[in-house]
Amino acid sequence: MTKDKAHISVQDLNVHIGGNHILKDINIDIPNKSVTSIIGPSGCGKTTLLKTFNRLHDTAADVKVTGKVLVDGEDIYDPNTEITHIRKKMGLLSQRPYPLPMSIYDNVAYGPRIHGIRKKQDLDIIVEKQLKATALWNEVKDRLNSSATRLSIGQQQRLCLARGLAVGPEIILGDESTSALDPVSTSIIEDLFVKLKQDYSIVLVTHILRQAARVSDYIIFVYNGRIVEYGKTEQVLRDPHEELTKEYVKGYIV
Amino acid sequence: MLLFTVLSVSLVFIIGIGLYYKSIPVLQNSTWWHLLTSSVWKPLKGLFGFYPYIMGTLWVTGIAIIIALPLCVLTSLYIVEYAHSRVRRILMPFVNLLSGIPPVIFGVWGVLFIIPLIQDHIAPHFVEFSTGYSVLAGGIVLAVMIFPLIVSIINEVLRTMPQELKDASLALGATKWETVKKVILRKALPGIIAATVLAISRAFGETIAVLMVCGNNAVVPHSVFDAGYPLPALIANNYGDMMSIPLYDSALMFAALLLFIIILLFNIISRIILTRLERRISA
Repeated sequence: MTKDKAHISVQDLNVHIGGNHILKDINIDIPNKSVTSIIGPSGCGKTTLLKTFNRLHDTAADVKVTGKVLVDGEDIYDPNTEITHIRKKMGLLSQRPYPLPMSIYDNVAYGPRIHGIRKKQDLDIIVEKQLKATALWNEVKDRLNSSATRLSIGQQQRLCLARGLAVGPEIILGDESTSALDPVSTSIIEDLFVKLKQDYSIVLVTHILRQAARVSDYIIFVYNGRIVEYGKTEQVLRDPHEELTKEYVKGYIV
Repeated sequence: MLLFTVLSVSLVFIIGIGLYYKSIPVLQNSTWWHLLTSSVWKPLKGLFGFYPYIMGTLWVTGIAIIIALPLCVLTSLYIVEYAHSRVRRILMPFVNLLSGIPPVIFGVWGVLFIIPLIQDHIAPHFVEFSTGYSVLAGGIVLAVMIFPLIVSIINEVLRTMPQELKDASLALGATKWETVKKVILRKALPGIIAATVLAISRAFGETIAVLMVCGNNAVVPHSVFDAGYPLPALIANNYGDMMSIPLYDSALMFAALLLFIIILLFNIISRIILTRLERRISA
Protein backbone atom coordinates (compact mmCIF):
# COMPACT_ATOMS: atom_id res chain seq x y z
CA MET A 1 0.00 0.00 0.00
CA THR A 2 2.92 2.30 0.66
CA LYS A 3 6.29 2.41 -0.90
CA ASP A 4 8.12 2.45 2.45
CA LYS A 5 9.35 -0.84 3.79
CA ALA A 6 6.72 -2.45 6.02
CA HIS A 7 7.78 -2.74 9.62
CA ILE A 8 4.71 -4.41 11.02
CA SER A 9 2.71 -6.57 8.71
CA VAL A 10 -0.68 -7.82 9.86
CA GLN A 11 -2.24 -10.73 8.00
CA ASP A 12 -5.80 -12.06 8.45
CA LEU A 13 -5.89 -10.99 12.06
CA ASN A 14 -9.01 -11.83 14.07
CA VAL A 15 -9.37 -11.16 17.76
CA HIS A 16 -12.11 -12.47 20.03
CA ILE A 17 -12.43 -11.22 23.59
CA GLY A 18 -14.79 -13.10 25.87
CA GLY A 19 -16.76 -14.43 22.89
CA ASN A 20 -17.05 -11.05 21.14
CA HIS A 21 -15.49 -10.64 17.74
CA ILE A 22 -13.50 -7.45 18.28
CA LEU A 23 -11.19 -7.34 15.27
CA LYS A 24 -12.26 -8.76 11.93
CA ASP A 25 -9.96 -9.79 9.08
CA ILE A 26 -7.33 -7.15 9.59
CA ASN A 27 -4.73 -6.93 6.83
CA ILE A 28 -2.32 -4.06 6.95
CA ASP A 29 1.31 -3.04 6.47
CA ILE A 30 2.67 -0.40 8.77
CA PRO A 31 5.61 1.46 7.28
CA ASN A 32 9.05 2.02 8.71
CA LYS A 33 10.23 5.31 10.21
CA SER A 34 6.98 7.21 10.04
CA VAL A 35 4.01 7.98 12.24
CA THR A 36 0.84 5.98 11.64
CA SER A 37 -2.32 6.93 13.50
CA ILE A 38 -5.17 4.55 14.18
CA ILE A 39 -8.39 6.53 14.43
CA GLY A 40 -11.99 5.57 14.99
CA PRO A 41 -14.86 5.96 17.41
CA SER A 42 -14.70 4.60 20.96
CA GLY A 43 -14.96 0.84 21.22
CA CYS A 44 -14.13 0.23 17.56
CA GLY A 45 -11.08 -1.88 18.40
CA LYS A 46 -8.25 0.66 17.99
CA THR A 47 -6.59 -0.12 21.30
CA THR A 48 -7.11 -3.84 20.83
CA LEU A 49 -5.34 -3.61 17.50
CA LEU A 50 -2.44 -1.74 19.08
CA LYS A 51 -2.11 -4.26 21.87
CA THR A 52 -1.91 -7.18 19.45
CA PHE A 53 1.37 -5.68 18.23
CA ASN A 54 3.20 -6.43 21.47
CA ARG A 55 0.98 -9.24 22.68
CA LEU A 56 -0.22 -7.46 25.77
CA HIS A 57 -3.43 -9.44 25.42
CA ASP A 58 -1.53 -12.42 26.73
CA THR A 59 -2.22 -11.25 30.26
CA ALA A 60 -5.98 -11.43 29.78
CA ALA A 61 -7.54 -14.84 30.16
CA ASP A 62 -10.28 -14.95 27.54
CA VAL A 63 -8.62 -13.48 24.47
CA LYS A 64 -8.28 -15.50 21.27
CA VAL A 65 -6.05 -14.25 18.50
CA THR A 66 -5.80 -15.84 15.05
CA GLY A 67 -3.81 -14.73 12.03
CA LYS A 68 -0.31 -13.38 11.76
CA VAL A 69 1.48 -10.28 12.96
CA LEU A 70 4.92 -10.02 11.41
CA VAL A 71 7.46 -7.67 12.91
CA ASP A 72 10.59 -7.46 10.79
CA GLY A 73 9.27 -10.55 9.07
CA GLU A 74 9.01 -12.55 12.30
CA ASP A 75 5.59 -13.84 13.33
CA ILE A 76 5.13 -12.69 16.90
CA TYR A 77 2.28 -15.14 17.49
CA ASP A 78 4.46 -18.10 16.53
CA PRO A 79 4.69 -20.32 19.63
CA ASN A 80 8.48 -20.35 19.27
CA THR A 81 8.76 -16.60 19.44
CA GLU A 82 10.09 -15.33 22.71
CA ILE A 83 7.68 -12.75 24.00
CA THR A 84 10.16 -10.63 25.97
CA HIS A 85 12.21 -10.27 22.80
CA ILE A 86 9.16 -8.97 20.91
CA ARG A 87 8.19 -6.56 23.60
CA LYS A 88 11.70 -5.21 23.91
CA LYS A 89 11.40 -4.11 20.31
CA MET A 90 8.42 -1.92 21.13
CA GLY A 91 8.02 0.91 23.57
CA LEU A 92 4.49 1.36 24.87
CA LEU A 93 3.09 4.68 25.97
CA SER A 94 -0.25 4.15 27.63
CA GLN A 95 -3.21 6.50 28.15
CA ARG A 96 -2.12 7.66 31.54
CA PRO A 97 1.45 7.60 32.74
CA TYR A 98 2.19 4.70 35.04
CA PRO A 99 5.60 5.34 36.54
CA LEU A 100 7.03 2.33 38.30
CA PRO A 101 7.15 2.65 42.09
CA MET A 102 10.77 3.75 42.20
CA SER A 103 12.98 6.76 41.53
CA ILE A 104 13.19 8.69 38.27
CA TYR A 105 16.58 7.18 37.56
CA ASP A 106 15.44 3.63 38.33
CA ASN A 107 12.39 4.03 36.10
CA VAL A 108 14.58 4.65 33.08
CA ALA A 109 17.18 2.11 34.15
CA TYR A 110 14.54 -0.56 34.83
CA GLY A 111 14.40 -1.91 31.26
CA PRO A 112 18.16 -1.92 30.60
CA ARG A 113 18.76 -3.63 33.95
CA ILE A 114 16.28 -6.35 33.11
CA HIS A 115 18.07 -6.92 29.84
CA GLY A 116 21.36 -7.39 31.60
CA ILE A 117 23.05 -4.00 31.80
CA ARG A 118 24.50 -3.76 35.29
CA LYS A 119 27.34 -1.26 35.11
CA LYS A 120 26.56 2.06 36.70
CA GLN A 121 28.42 4.04 34.03
CA ASP A 122 26.51 2.39 31.20
CA LEU A 123 23.20 2.98 32.94
CA ASP A 124 24.12 6.61 33.63
CA ILE A 125 24.73 7.16 29.95
CA ILE A 126 21.42 5.55 28.94
CA VAL A 127 19.42 7.45 31.53
CA GLU A 128 20.89 10.80 30.55
CA LYS A 129 20.51 10.13 26.84
CA GLN A 130 16.86 9.13 27.06
CA LEU A 131 15.89 11.87 29.48
CA LYS A 132 17.44 14.32 27.03
CA ALA A 133 15.63 12.69 24.13
CA THR A 134 12.34 13.29 25.90
CA ALA A 135 13.24 16.85 26.90
CA LEU A 136 13.10 15.95 30.58
CA TRP A 137 16.76 16.09 31.53
CA ASN A 138 16.96 19.75 32.47
CA GLU A 139 13.85 19.47 34.62
CA VAL A 140 14.93 16.42 36.62
CA LYS A 141 18.72 16.17 36.51
CA ASP A 142 19.05 17.43 40.07
CA ARG A 143 16.56 15.01 41.54
CA LEU A 144 17.09 11.75 39.72
CA ASN A 145 16.77 9.84 42.97
CA SER A 146 13.44 11.25 44.04
CA SER A 147 10.25 9.33 43.46
CA ALA A 148 8.85 9.36 39.94
CA THR A 149 5.35 9.95 41.24
CA ARG A 150 6.31 13.44 42.39
CA LEU A 151 6.62 14.64 38.80
CA SER A 152 3.74 16.39 37.10
CA ILE A 153 1.58 14.18 34.95
CA GLY A 154 3.06 15.59 31.75
CA GLN A 155 6.56 14.95 33.04
CA GLN A 156 5.53 11.46 34.10
CA GLN A 157 4.36 10.71 30.58
CA ARG A 158 7.68 11.87 29.15
CA LEU A 159 9.44 9.76 31.76
CA CYS A 160 7.41 6.75 30.62
CA LEU A 161 8.49 7.49 27.05
CA ALA A 162 12.12 7.71 28.16
CA ARG A 163 11.68 4.45 30.04
CA GLY A 164 10.36 2.81 26.87
CA LEU A 165 13.16 4.21 24.70
CA ALA A 166 15.80 3.01 27.14
CA VAL A 167 15.46 -0.63 26.07
CA GLY A 168 16.30 0.36 22.51
CA PRO A 169 13.03 -0.38 20.74
CA GLU A 170 12.41 0.01 17.02
CA ILE A 171 8.74 0.77 17.32
CA ILE A 172 6.81 3.10 19.63
CA LEU A 173 3.20 2.30 20.37
CA GLY A 174 1.11 5.12 21.79
CA ASP A 175 -2.34 4.41 23.18
CA GLU A 176 -4.08 7.79 23.36
CA SER A 177 -0.90 8.90 25.07
CA THR A 178 -1.90 12.52 25.46
CA SER A 179 -5.49 12.08 26.59
CA ALA A 180 -4.67 12.74 30.26
CA LEU A 181 -2.36 15.66 29.56
CA ASP A 182 -2.76 19.43 29.44
CA PRO A 183 -2.32 21.21 26.10
CA VAL A 184 1.29 22.20 26.76
CA SER A 185 2.36 18.69 27.72
CA THR A 186 0.38 17.34 24.77
CA SER A 187 2.24 19.50 22.31
CA ILE A 188 5.59 18.54 23.86
CA ILE A 189 4.73 14.86 23.39
CA GLU A 190 3.48 15.47 19.84
CA ASP A 191 6.68 17.29 18.94
CA LEU A 192 8.64 14.38 20.37
CA PHE A 193 6.76 11.93 18.17
CA VAL A 194 7.56 13.97 15.09
CA LYS A 195 11.22 14.14 16.08
CA LEU A 196 11.45 10.47 17.04
CA LYS A 197 10.11 9.16 13.76
CA GLN A 198 13.55 9.64 12.26
CA ASP A 199 14.71 6.69 14.31
CA TYR A 200 11.54 4.80 15.16
CA SER A 201 8.36 3.55 13.57
CA ILE A 202 5.51 5.04 15.55
CA VAL A 203 1.96 3.77 15.80
CA LEU A 204 -0.52 5.93 17.68
CA VAL A 205 -4.07 5.34 18.72
CA THR A 206 -5.92 8.60 18.96
CA HIS A 207 -9.46 9.87 18.91
CA ILE A 208 -8.36 13.43 18.28
CA LEU A 209 -8.45 13.97 14.53
CA ARG A 210 -6.46 17.16 14.74
CA GLN A 211 -3.72 15.31 16.55
CA ALA A 212 -3.67 12.68 13.84
CA ALA A 213 -3.44 15.47 11.28
CA ARG A 214 -0.62 17.18 13.16
CA VAL A 215 1.70 14.25 13.74
CA SER A 216 0.95 11.37 11.43
CA ASP A 217 2.07 10.42 7.95
CA TYR A 218 -0.52 7.69 7.56
CA ILE A 219 -3.95 7.12 8.98
CA ILE A 220 -5.83 3.91 9.57
CA PHE A 221 -9.56 4.36 10.09
CA VAL A 222 -11.10 1.51 12.06
CA TYR A 223 -14.83 1.10 12.45
CA ASN A 224 -16.61 -1.74 14.16
CA GLY A 225 -13.56 -3.96 14.20
CA ARG A 226 -12.73 -3.55 10.52
CA ILE A 227 -10.27 -1.36 8.69
CA VAL A 228 -12.35 0.98 6.58
CA GLU A 229 -9.64 3.09 5.09
CA TYR A 230 -5.89 3.35 5.14
CA GLY A 231 -3.75 5.94 3.40
CA LYS A 232 -1.68 9.07 3.62
CA THR A 233 -2.91 11.48 6.27
CA GLU A 234 -3.65 14.20 3.76
CA GLN A 235 -5.75 11.91 1.60
CA VAL A 236 -7.74 10.24 4.39
CA LEU A 237 -8.66 13.50 6.08
CA ARG A 238 -9.18 15.69 3.00
CA ASP A 239 -10.40 13.29 0.41
CA PRO A 240 -11.61 10.03 1.94
CA HIS A 241 -12.58 7.31 -0.49
CA GLU A 242 -15.09 5.63 1.80
CA GLU A 243 -18.45 7.01 2.83
CA LEU A 244 -17.93 5.97 6.49
CA THR A 245 -14.61 7.77 6.69
CA LYS A 246 -16.22 10.88 5.26
CA GLU A 247 -18.89 10.83 7.94
CA TYR A 248 -16.39 10.20 10.72
CA VAL A 249 -14.06 12.96 9.58
CA LYS A 250 -16.97 15.37 9.41
CA GLY A 251 -17.94 14.37 12.92
CA TYR A 252 -21.13 12.48 12.20
CA ILE A 253 -19.95 9.25 13.82
CA VAL A 254 -18.69 9.63 17.33
CA MET B 1 -24.16 7.98 65.05
CA LEU B 2 -21.64 10.47 66.32
CA LEU B 3 -22.57 9.44 69.84
CA PHE B 4 -21.87 5.78 69.16
CA THR B 5 -18.62 6.63 67.44
CA VAL B 6 -17.50 8.74 70.36
CA LEU B 7 -18.60 5.99 72.74
CA SER B 8 -16.63 3.28 70.98
CA VAL B 9 -13.56 5.47 70.68
CA SER B 10 -13.68 6.53 74.29
CA LEU B 11 -14.05 2.87 75.24
CA VAL B 12 -10.38 2.44 74.36
CA PHE B 13 -9.45 5.12 76.85
CA ILE B 14 -11.86 3.85 79.47
CA ILE B 15 -10.37 0.37 79.24
CA GLY B 16 -6.85 1.77 79.44
CA ILE B 17 -7.68 3.92 82.44
CA GLY B 18 -9.59 1.09 84.11
CA LEU B 19 -6.69 -1.30 83.72
CA TYR B 20 -4.29 1.27 85.08
CA TYR B 21 -6.54 1.97 88.05
CA LYS B 22 -6.72 -1.71 88.87
CA SER B 23 -2.95 -2.08 88.57
CA ILE B 24 -2.20 0.68 91.07
CA PRO B 25 -1.79 -1.70 94.08
CA VAL B 26 0.91 -3.74 92.39
CA LEU B 27 2.57 -0.59 91.08
CA GLN B 28 2.70 0.82 94.61
CA ASN B 29 4.32 -2.35 95.79
CA SER B 30 7.02 -2.26 93.14
CA THR B 31 8.41 -0.05 90.40
CA TRP B 32 7.57 -0.23 86.67
CA TRP B 33 11.17 -1.02 85.93
CA HIS B 34 11.27 -3.85 88.41
CA LEU B 35 7.99 -5.33 87.22
CA LEU B 36 9.15 -5.29 83.59
CA THR B 37 12.67 -6.64 84.06
CA SER B 38 12.40 -9.08 86.93
CA SER B 39 12.04 -12.77 86.23
CA VAL B 40 10.97 -13.71 89.73
CA TRP B 41 7.32 -14.71 89.95
CA LYS B 42 6.38 -15.47 93.55
CA PRO B 43 2.85 -14.25 94.17
CA LEU B 44 2.86 -15.50 97.76
CA LYS B 45 5.73 -13.19 98.56
CA GLY B 46 4.25 -10.42 96.48
CA LEU B 47 6.98 -10.70 93.84
CA PHE B 48 5.76 -10.25 90.30
CA GLY B 49 8.32 -10.26 87.50
CA PHE B 50 6.77 -9.95 84.06
CA TYR B 51 9.89 -10.30 81.97
CA PRO B 52 9.36 -14.01 81.08
CA TYR B 53 5.77 -13.33 80.04
CA ILE B 54 6.70 -10.39 77.86
CA MET B 55 9.42 -12.44 76.22
CA GLY B 56 7.04 -15.38 75.82
CA THR B 57 4.58 -13.12 74.00
CA LEU B 58 7.27 -11.67 71.74
CA TRP B 59 8.75 -15.07 70.91
CA VAL B 60 5.46 -16.68 69.97
CA THR B 61 4.34 -13.71 67.92
CA GLY B 62 7.72 -13.35 66.24
CA ILE B 63 7.83 -17.00 65.24
CA ALA B 64 4.27 -16.83 63.94
CA ILE B 65 5.05 -13.85 61.69
CA ILE B 66 8.32 -15.32 60.43
CA ILE B 67 6.47 -18.48 59.42
CA ALA B 68 3.30 -16.87 58.13
CA LEU B 69 4.52 -13.86 56.17
CA PRO B 70 6.48 -15.55 53.36
CA LEU B 71 3.75 -18.16 53.00
CA CYS B 72 1.07 -15.50 52.83
CA VAL B 73 2.88 -13.36 50.28
CA LEU B 74 3.53 -16.33 48.02
CA THR B 75 -0.03 -17.62 48.44
CA SER B 76 -1.51 -14.25 47.58
CA LEU B 77 0.75 -13.83 44.58
CA TYR B 78 -0.26 -17.24 43.34
CA ILE B 79 -3.96 -16.66 43.87
CA VAL B 80 -4.06 -13.21 42.30
CA GLU B 81 -1.35 -13.30 39.65
CA TYR B 82 -0.93 -16.89 38.57
CA ALA B 83 -3.93 -19.04 39.38
CA HIS B 84 -6.62 -19.62 36.79
CA SER B 85 -9.85 -17.86 37.73
CA ARG B 86 -11.50 -21.23 38.34
CA VAL B 87 -8.76 -22.30 40.76
CA ARG B 88 -9.03 -18.91 42.46
CA ARG B 89 -12.75 -19.34 42.98
CA ILE B 90 -12.15 -22.68 44.66
CA LEU B 91 -9.21 -21.56 46.78
CA MET B 92 -10.56 -18.37 48.29
CA PRO B 93 -13.47 -19.94 50.22
CA PHE B 94 -11.01 -22.33 51.85
CA VAL B 95 -8.78 -19.51 52.96
CA ASN B 96 -11.79 -17.68 54.35
CA LEU B 97 -13.05 -20.83 56.03
CA LEU B 98 -9.78 -21.01 57.91
CA SER B 99 -10.56 -17.68 59.54
CA GLY B 100 -13.94 -18.95 60.72
CA ILE B 101 -12.57 -21.88 62.70
CA PRO B 102 -12.74 -21.23 66.48
CA PRO B 103 -9.33 -20.81 68.16
CA VAL B 104 -9.91 -23.73 70.51
CA ILE B 105 -10.00 -26.08 67.54
CA PHE B 106 -6.65 -24.77 66.40
CA GLY B 107 -5.47 -25.45 69.95
CA VAL B 108 -6.63 -29.05 69.80
CA TRP B 109 -5.07 -29.46 66.37
CA GLY B 110 -1.84 -28.09 67.81
CA VAL B 111 -1.86 -30.53 70.72
CA LEU B 112 -2.76 -33.55 68.61
CA PHE B 113 -0.65 -32.82 65.56
CA ILE B 114 1.98 -30.11 66.00
CA ILE B 115 3.18 -31.13 69.47
CA PRO B 116 4.00 -34.74 68.50
CA LEU B 117 5.50 -33.50 65.25
CA ILE B 118 7.90 -31.22 67.10
CA GLN B 119 8.58 -33.71 69.87
CA ASP B 120 9.34 -36.68 67.62
CA HIS B 121 10.51 -35.27 64.33
CA ILE B 122 11.71 -31.69 64.51
CA ALA B 123 13.20 -31.17 67.96
CA PRO B 124 15.43 -34.30 68.04
CA HIS B 125 17.49 -32.83 65.21
CA PHE B 126 18.36 -29.78 67.26
CA VAL B 127 18.04 -30.41 71.00
CA GLU B 128 18.36 -33.37 73.32
CA PHE B 129 14.86 -33.30 74.63
CA SER B 130 11.71 -31.34 74.09
CA THR B 131 8.20 -32.13 75.17
CA GLY B 132 6.91 -30.44 72.08
CA TYR B 133 5.09 -27.88 74.18
CA SER B 134 7.12 -24.89 73.08
CA VAL B 135 7.05 -21.39 71.68
CA LEU B 136 7.60 -23.00 68.28
CA ALA B 137 4.33 -24.91 68.63
CA GLY B 138 2.60 -21.72 69.70
CA GLY B 139 4.15 -19.89 66.76
CA ILE B 140 3.06 -22.51 64.24
CA VAL B 141 -0.51 -22.63 65.50
CA LEU B 142 -0.65 -18.86 65.57
CA ALA B 143 0.82 -18.65 62.06
CA VAL B 144 -2.01 -20.80 60.73
CA MET B 145 -4.54 -18.64 62.55
CA ILE B 146 -3.30 -15.33 61.16
CA PHE B 147 -2.75 -16.76 57.69
CA PRO B 148 -6.24 -16.01 56.32
CA LEU B 149 -6.18 -12.47 57.69
CA ILE B 150 -2.89 -11.61 55.99
CA VAL B 151 -3.78 -13.41 52.78
CA SER B 152 -7.09 -11.64 52.39
CA ILE B 153 -5.57 -8.19 52.92
CA ILE B 154 -2.64 -8.80 50.56
CA ASN B 155 -5.08 -10.25 48.02
CA GLU B 156 -7.06 -7.05 48.12
CA VAL B 157 -3.90 -4.98 47.69
CA LEU B 158 -2.77 -7.06 44.72
CA ARG B 159 -6.17 -7.08 43.07
CA THR B 160 -6.39 -3.31 43.08
CA MET B 161 -3.00 -2.96 41.42
CA PRO B 162 -3.57 -1.29 38.04
CA GLN B 163 -3.14 -3.63 35.07
CA GLU B 164 -1.43 -0.78 33.22
CA LEU B 165 1.38 -0.75 35.75
CA LYS B 166 2.03 -4.42 35.12
CA ASP B 167 1.70 -3.83 31.38
CA ALA B 168 4.26 -1.04 31.61
CA SER B 169 6.79 -3.46 33.02
CA LEU B 170 5.85 -6.28 30.65
CA ALA B 171 6.00 -3.96 27.65
CA LEU B 172 9.64 -3.28 28.46
CA GLY B 173 10.36 -6.94 27.96
CA ALA B 174 10.26 -7.94 31.61
CA THR B 175 9.07 -11.45 32.37
CA LYS B 176 6.08 -12.02 34.59
CA TRP B 177 8.31 -13.01 37.50
CA GLU B 178 10.52 -9.93 37.09
CA THR B 179 7.40 -7.81 37.06
CA VAL B 180 6.09 -9.48 40.21
CA LYS B 181 9.40 -9.15 42.01
CA LYS B 182 10.40 -5.64 41.06
CA VAL B 183 7.14 -3.82 40.49
CA ILE B 184 4.17 -5.57 42.08
CA LEU B 185 5.79 -6.48 45.38
CA ARG B 186 7.35 -3.05 45.65
CA LYS B 187 4.09 -1.29 45.03
CA ALA B 188 2.33 -3.65 47.43
CA LEU B 189 4.85 -3.19 50.22
CA PRO B 190 2.83 -0.69 52.28
CA GLY B 191 -0.18 -3.01 52.04
CA ILE B 192 1.87 -6.03 53.06
CA ILE B 193 3.20 -4.13 56.05
CA ALA B 194 -0.30 -3.03 57.02
CA ALA B 195 -1.47 -6.65 56.84
CA THR B 196 1.45 -7.75 58.99
CA VAL B 197 0.74 -5.08 61.57
CA LEU B 198 -2.85 -6.14 61.84
CA ALA B 199 -1.82 -9.77 62.11
CA ILE B 200 0.74 -9.02 64.81
CA SER B 201 -1.80 -7.07 66.82
CA ARG B 202 -4.10 -10.00 66.64
CA ALA B 203 -1.34 -12.47 67.41
CA PHE B 204 -0.33 -10.59 70.56
CA GLY B 205 -3.73 -11.11 72.05
CA GLU B 206 -4.49 -14.61 70.84
CA THR B 207 -5.02 -16.65 73.97
CA ILE B 208 -6.63 -20.01 74.03
CA ALA B 209 -4.92 -21.82 71.15
CA VAL B 210 -1.50 -20.57 72.19
CA LEU B 211 -2.12 -21.40 75.83
CA MET B 212 -2.86 -24.99 74.89
CA VAL B 213 0.42 -25.62 73.10
CA CYS B 214 3.21 -23.43 74.38
CA GLY B 215 3.88 -25.08 77.71
CA ASN B 216 3.03 -22.18 80.04
CA ASN B 217 6.27 -22.26 81.86
CA ALA B 218 7.27 -18.92 83.31
CA VAL B 219 10.84 -18.83 82.08
CA VAL B 220 12.43 -16.73 79.38
CA PRO B 221 12.66 -18.94 76.27
CA HIS B 222 16.17 -19.30 74.86
CA SER B 223 15.35 -21.42 71.85
CA VAL B 224 12.24 -22.14 69.83
CA PHE B 225 11.96 -25.51 71.56
CA ASP B 226 11.67 -23.98 75.03
CA ALA B 227 8.31 -23.52 76.63
CA GLY B 228 7.01 -20.01 77.03
CA TYR B 229 4.21 -18.27 78.84
CA PRO B 230 2.64 -15.38 76.93
CA LEU B 231 0.75 -12.63 78.76
CA PRO B 232 -2.76 -13.54 77.56
CA ALA B 233 -2.25 -17.12 78.72
CA LEU B 234 -1.13 -15.87 82.13
CA ILE B 235 -4.30 -13.85 82.51
CA ALA B 236 -6.61 -16.56 81.24
CA ASN B 237 -5.06 -19.29 83.35
CA ASN B 238 -5.08 -17.42 86.61
CA TYR B 239 -7.77 -14.84 86.62
CA GLY B 240 -10.49 -15.88 89.01
CA ASP B 241 -8.27 -18.34 90.86
CA MET B 242 -6.08 -17.57 93.78
CA MET B 243 -7.76 -14.35 94.62
CA SER B 244 -6.80 -15.02 98.21
CA ILE B 245 -3.27 -13.96 97.48
CA PRO B 246 -2.93 -10.24 97.95
CA LEU B 247 -1.96 -8.24 94.92
CA TYR B 248 -2.47 -11.17 92.55
CA ASP B 249 -5.57 -9.66 91.06
CA SER B 250 -3.80 -6.38 90.61
CA ALA B 251 -0.78 -8.07 89.03
CA LEU B 252 -2.97 -9.77 86.44
CA MET B 253 -4.59 -6.44 85.68
CA PHE B 254 -1.11 -5.09 85.19
CA ALA B 255 -0.45 -7.93 82.73
CA ALA B 256 -3.52 -6.85 80.81
CA LEU B 257 -2.35 -3.25 80.93
CA LEU B 258 1.03 -4.33 79.54
CA LEU B 259 -0.63 -6.16 76.68
CA PHE B 260 -2.75 -3.12 76.02
CA ILE B 261 0.28 -0.83 75.96
CA ILE B 262 2.32 -3.17 73.76
CA ILE B 263 -0.45 -3.32 71.18
CA LEU B 264 -1.05 0.42 71.34
CA LEU B 265 2.64 1.28 70.97
CA PHE B 266 3.01 -1.23 68.21
CA ASN B 267 0.11 0.25 66.29
CA ILE B 268 1.40 3.77 66.64
CA ILE B 269 4.92 2.87 65.53
CA SER B 270 3.71 0.89 62.56
CA ARG B 271 1.37 3.69 61.55
CA ILE B 272 4.33 6.06 61.47
CA ILE B 273 6.42 3.64 59.42
CA LEU B 274 3.53 3.09 57.06
CA THR B 275 2.90 6.76 56.33
CA ARG B 276 6.61 7.34 55.76
CA LEU B 277 6.73 4.43 53.39
CA GLU B 278 3.65 5.45 51.47
CA ARG B 279 5.00 8.93 51.03
CA ARG B 280 8.20 7.47 49.70
CA ILE B 281 6.94 5.05 47.09
CA SER B 282 3.32 5.37 46.10
CA ALA B 283 1.45 8.23 44.57
